Amino acid sequence: MTLYISRDHALDLLRQMIRIRRLEEKSVELYSKQKIRGFLHLYIGEEAAGVGAMRALREDDNIVATYREHGQALVRGIPAGEIMAEMYGKANGCSGGRGGSMHLFSAKRRFYGGHAIVGGGLPIAVGLALADKMKGEARVTACFFGDGATDEGEFHESLNLAALWKLPVLFLCENNQYAMGTALDRHVSDSDIVNNPPAYGIPSESVNGMDVVAVERAVHNAVESVRETSEPRFLELRTYRFRAHSMYDAELYRSKEEVEEHKKHDPIANFQERAMSDELITQSDIDTIEADVAKEIAEAIEFAERGEWEPVEDITRHIYARDLS
Amino acid sequence: MTTYRDAVRTALQTLLREDPRVFLMGEDVGRYGGPYAVSKGLLKEFGEERVRDTPLCESTFVGAGIGAALGGMRPIVEVMTVNFSLLALDQVVNNAAVMRHMSGGQFEVPIAVRMATGGGKQLAAQHSHSLENWYAHIPGIKVLAPATVQDAHDMLLAAVEDPDPVFIFEHQMLYGMEGPLDTEATPPSPWKAAIRRSGSDVSLIAYGGSVHKALTAAEKLEKERVSAEVVDLRSLRPLDRETIVASVSRTHRAVVIDEAWKTGSLASEISAILAEDAFYELDAPVVRVCTLEVPIPYAKHLEEAALPQVDRIVEAAKRSVGGG
Amino acid sequence: MAEFVMPSLGADMAAGTLANWRVALGDTVSRGDIIAEVETEKGLIEVEVFETGVVEALLVAEGEKVPVGTVLAEIRAVSASVPASESAPGDIISSGASDVDLDGPMASPAVRRRAHELGVFLGGVEGTGDHGRITLDDVQHLAGAQAAPIASGDRVRISPYARRIATERGVDVLRIGGTGPGGAIQASDVLSAKVPEPRKSVSAAERMQSAIAAAMTRANDEIPHYYVEHSIDMGNALAWLRETNASLSVAERLVSGAVVLRAVARALRKHKKLNATWQGGEVVPSDGIHVGLAVSLRGGGLVAPALRSTDEGSLSDLMARMTDLVSRARAGALRSSEMTSATITLTSLGERGVESVTPIIFPPQVAIVGCGATLERPWVVDGQVVPRPIMRVTLGADHRVTNGHQGARFLSALDGLLQEPEKL
Repeated sequence: MTLYISRDHALDLLRQMIRIRRLEEKSVELYSKQKIRGFLHLYIGEEAAGVGAMRALREDDNIVATYREHGQALVRGIPAGEIMAEMYGKANGCSGGRGGSMHLFSAKRRFYGGHAIVGGGLPIAVGLALADKMKGEARVTACFFGDGATDEGEFHESLNLAALWKLPVLFLCENNQYAMGTALDRHVSDSDIVNNPPAYGIPSESVNGMDVVAVERAVHNAVESVRETSEPRFLELRTYRFRAHSMYDAELYRSKEEVEEHKKHDPIANFQERAMSDELITQSDIDTIEADVAKEIAEAIEFAERGEWEPVEDITRHIYARDLS
Repeated sequence: MTTYRDAVRTALQTLLREDPRVFLMGEDVGRYGGPYAVSKGLLKEFGEERVRDTPLCESTFVGAGIGAALGGMRPIVEVMTVNFSLLALDQVVNNAAVMRHMSGGQFEVPIAVRMATGGGKQLAAQHSHSLENWYAHIPGIKVLAPATVQDAHDMLLAAVEDPDPVFIFEHQMLYGMEGPLDTEATPPSPWKAAIRRSGSDVSLIAYGGSVHKALTAAEKLEKERVSAEVVDLRSLRPLDRETIVASVSRTHRAVVIDEAWKTGSLASEISAILAEDAFYELDAPVVRVCTLEVPIPYAKHLEEAALPQVDRIVEAAKRSVGGG
Repeated sequence: MAEFVMPSLGADMAAGTLANWRVALGDTVSRGDIIAEVETEKGLIEVEVFETGVVEALLVAEGEKVPVGTVLAEIRAVSASVPASESAPGDIISSGASDVDLDGPMASPAVRRRAHELGVFLGGVEGTGDHGRITLDDVQHLAGAQAAPIASGDRVRISPYARRIATERGVDVLRIGGTGPGGAIQASDVLSAKVPEPRKSVSAAERMQSAIAAAMTRANDEIPHYYVEHSIDMGNALAWLRETNASLSVAERLVSGAVVLRAVARALRKHKKLNATWQGGEVVPSDGIHVGLAVSLRGGGLVAPALRSTDEGSLSDLMARMTDLVSRARAGALRSSEMTSATITLTSLGERGVESVTPIIFPPQVAIVGCGATLERPWVVDGQVVPRPIMRVTLGADHRVTNGHQGARFLSALDGLLQEPEKL
């Protein structure tokens, strides 16, 4: 299947996916060395969804993401060093060490955070879109959430409100087939998630989330429709996570065979193969990317290692605009 | 003289007129005119864009308010009663209160949320509770309880101006109360408690609707030659420890009146503050006059028995000064 | 059963008037507690009990005058407190298991211990346990019912504010009643309490004055006094004091009175005849040197309580004891032993500007030392007239025991000691 994209485009998509993959692989290592603590939800396997979607959005659009947001944050332009430092808990992290892996934020990149209450980010996205609409901004708010979020009342309420008030929200459901450890058909009555939004009058579409180009095209079309109509759209990105839910779990809820089967659709390997067969890129390009990314991540770690711990005396900062204590 | 309801409406009007970022949303705030008629007439003046009737989805419309605040607006969200606000607690606790912190100070949520609280209208166990303490427990938000007509007006203005999320609890028995309103005067800081009546024998510490019961009790006590001071907390988070401690340091006795249940209440918090900061000023044990530990009953006599009443405050004050 | 008798509060005391009982029937008393006030010729004296137990009988009414040795009260001894762990609550005591009087209320040692802690009197109480046994619950209930304004031990039911202002005003919270809930002392109780001598009525002062009058009249009539006087150069002593005090905190600083007191005591070591009593027509040498310090009281009273072993211990210790004794004397909180054990008296009126004192002996003592003010006087040193701080000291002594020669040697020794203050 031909990709119909330019060489530069292909190189960029590949580079972004490799950045995410290598950053996370390094994070696993650092987690086992106890440099990174808390929850660490890995995106490995799902890179195509994040890279394709983020590339289709404009810099000025708002992003609301989940606790599995390293990919979106990195593609959005938050430097790897700041992400790594945040995971270290250092003051030079992108959230000043207050958030950690699940709560990456960047005001200047309109990255409204990793949210760790499943479904909790959707009303926020609706509100951001409401603000833009009232101010007459041509901005779209892209809201990422998983299949598990579709169980939540806030999902249905948010779809309803966005449709009712005709708000420019692009709902992006990264369906990785599991709400933590509960398979899709065990947590929703209709496992065809795209059937939900039409009930609220929202156009809905499903796309292969393991295919970065397909995701980018679908998101591009959807986001421009939202921008044009100022009405919400819904996309399901069907994907699969190769690693445990958080750093480690026993994965009692799925078989190794199932995981291995999905790994055959590894978004990076598949894309490399296709791009090479389309003669868009060469092995040497891949080697260059890998070398660049390795360097970037080494520097990111160095940045994190160099970072300072916020003084404990500052603990009451950032609770209120002015310290009340 | 102005009613409390009109004072809130006047503040809403001022805000909507003067700041294009301000809008009001909530259940039935538009065509219905507000469940307590607070926003009556505003839809006509400001239109559907700025006076928004929401679906019945507290979590999402409060969350949307948070999102709109993040997006540069100054939303005023009305939740019909504190009981309903529980459906929005996720957004309050997990988003509004932590956004600034979690983002390392990059984002702020300048939202004002108003809701009715308290009992006394025979609205039974799902419309009458006082859960201000649940909110006052949470760092990252601020909580106000206007007890006077003037405060009902001033505190809303202050809340919308504030860069942090502010929750305003309006006691449902106060909407019809009349009092003076001066819209020109420079209002006092909303974060400070006020001495509503000076006294020397005992401090009656209250907030919201209970302030008026405390004032009535103070009048009765005066006839029995007990001089009661009435402290209106006004701000429930932050609590004005200084004024509370200063009052009790004058009177050496404290009765705390709180329409919440006693266990884990703000009354408990005030008592603890007095134990921490005013221990050597206390001449009698602190007395708490709270709602009995039952859901608010429907039947009038039972509801009255459950809620703090003037007689109970008088009796508590007399016990505190040693005469009862 | 121990007897509490009218104590001998002085060698010449034959009888005393029981002025006040400070305990009631059934009260638990501990060794050292003040349980009565006895009026003597020397004034109102608090008397302590030397037994621990329960007051079973009060045999003498207030106001009654009885001879020394008369049984005033009966104290039923209570065994030393038994740790609660040794006997589970609710144990019934067998006759062999305890020395508790079986005629008394039936209660386990743990219960009795708790009762003692709470100041609950168990006499006559019928318990709710088997056979009327008193249980821990009963004690707790009684503690509520008997809630006395003054709780036992150190635990006083008092509000934090009341305690604070009591401390500020010097009100002894053990001595005032509470009108608050459960007898709690509140600020109003403290504010209405008289301070700091609530127990000293005008009539008591008058009684004291008449007692002093009687004693002094007798002394003047019976004792053949002689007097010798000596002027002492206090220059060395004062210089040494200044130097010593420079390195001490204000609270620790010494006053010249303490130095003189110590010097008197040390001088007596070699002049034992002055440190004695006259009893039944003969001189009885005293065992130790316990100088009595004449202290004038507000309202005209005078007491001369003793500082035991005045010649021993450090000077700073003596200073502290002296300060304590004077303040307690003025607060009316002297122990009976302090009132009776002086072996000689020192009276100083220097602070009032008096140049010299001609004092009268406190019987049955046989000597008294009086000091005047230390004043700048022309003094001949090495043939030159120079101003020196001079104190005139007068010894009044009983001629039946010593003579003027002995008296003069004593004063000379005193002078010598004051020239080497560092050795005191």
